[in-house]
Parts: sequence; C-alpha cells; structure tokens
Amino acid sequence: MRILNRDLVCRQAVALVTDYLDDVLPRRQRRRFEAHLRNCPNCSRYLEQIRLTIDTVGHVEPDELDPEIKDDLIDLYRRFHED
Amino acid sequence: MVERLRKKDEGAFATLVERHHMPMVRLALTFVASRSVAEEVVQDTWLGVIGGIDQFEERSSLQTWIYRILVNRARKTGVRERRTVAVDDITEADRFSPDGSWSRPPREWTDDVVDRLFATAVAKRLRTAIDELPPTQCQVVTLRDVERLSAREVCEILGISEANQRVLLHRGRSQLRRTIEFEIEGG
Repeated sequence: MRILNRDLVCRQAVALVTDYLDDVLPRRQRRRFEAHLRNCPNCSRYLEQIRLTIDTVGHVEPDELDPEIKDDLIDLYRRFHED
Repeated sequence: MVERLRKKDEGAFATLVERHHMPMVRLALTFVASRSVAEEVVQDTWLGVIGGIDQFEERSSLQTWIYRILVNRARKTGVRERRTVAVDDITEADRFSPDGSWSRPPREWTDDVVDRLFATAVAKRLRTAIDELPPTQCQVVTLRDVERLSAREVCEILGISEANQRVLLHRGRSQLRRTIEFEIEGG
C-alpha cells in the first residue's frame, strides 16, 4: 500500500497495522507509522487491541478428538500396511 | 517424525492424528459444504499421507505438506455454498470521518476487560466469530493466529500471495477485534 503524503491519517495508519506486525513495511513507511502512533493515542490503542485479539485467538481451545475416530484412523493405517 | 513414519511407526502416526486431525477438519470445513464431507476429505488426506510419505521431499515442514494435500483435496471436492456475512472492504470504514481521523475511536480495554477476554464466554463467542468469517479470511486467521504458522507456510498451504494473505489476515483480525469490542462493551 503506497501512501504518498508525509503524515499518515488515522485511517491509513489502521490499514498498515497487519503489515507493521508482520514487519514487512518499507523502512520509511515504518518510520511514518511509528511517528503517527507516538502522537495518536487512538491508533496506539487500536494496535494494542489487535495484539490482544491475536493473543486471545491464539488461546482458543482446540476441539477434542473423538477416540473412536482416532482408532478408526489407526485401523486404516494398519490395513494400508498389511496390503 | 518423518523417519518414524517411513519406518511404519504406528505411534508416530497416532501422534500426528492427535495433533492435526481436528484442526484439519476445521480447515476442510471452510472449503466444503458439510461436516461429513469435511471428515471424508480429512480421512482421504490421511490416506494420501500414509501412501505418500516416501515421496515427501521435506522441502517444507511435515505439517505444511499435510495441509497442502488437504487443501488440494478439499478444493477438488467442491466449493461450499454456506452463506457468509458480508464484511466491509475498508477496515473499520464506519469509524472514521471524511478527513481520515477517528470519529468513533476504540475505547480503552481496562485490565478487568482484558482478564475477561480469556474467560469461557468470550472464547466461545470468538470461536463462532472465526467460523463466521468469509472462508478465505477464516482459513488465513486459523492458520496464522490459531495454529500460529508463519506467513510463508500459510501462503504455501493455500497457494496465495503474501500480499493477499495479509489482506485477508488484516480483515479477519479487525473483524475479530470488533467481535471482542461488541462482546465487552455490550454493543
């Protein structure tokens, strides 16, 4: 995403959050983004909330595997190697 | 693990199933129309893994290789017709004034609120919200943020560009932030 004017507006900063977190912003763009954050509590808060969102999503409990399904698959494995 | 599988080590296969089966069913569900079809696709994938392990060249991680088999098979099986909720193209578009500054900025999440994020109710709501994302966003968010795979691995599994991957991730994450916001602020 190319942004030409010198100072980012909030909408532009928010659009760069994922690129920033993945560390793929070109250096100048990154500096602009960080400069915007220093002066903008709203966008800083937004970034922080995206981080919290990622953290929360990462803690979603995995589904439980039905032991019967597991046994069936192991049967499948045995049958495959018997042939 | 790959060596053990090649030596037909049943325990290694069991570990793999325990680790990946349910996440694979979830991923398959984003491609196909029903749970039973998803289960079939995953079983078919396991057969492909068992039969193909000798051909696995280890140019990617074992998980990436398995997930790619899954995605290929799921895509062949057919496009799902589940209806998805339309999402704005511009993230948080309704929160900005015409000059690009916040008109409705995010409110602070206090420590209290943050503690509640990890409580069961919010987690449950979030699980549903992930499932309700448009399928391609759901795929990327699940692989990146639930399974914590790298951007490169996710692109390899889904056969998409890094730029596309980030757009989908960006939209998915902002939607989930809004879900949490709605949940804790009561709308």
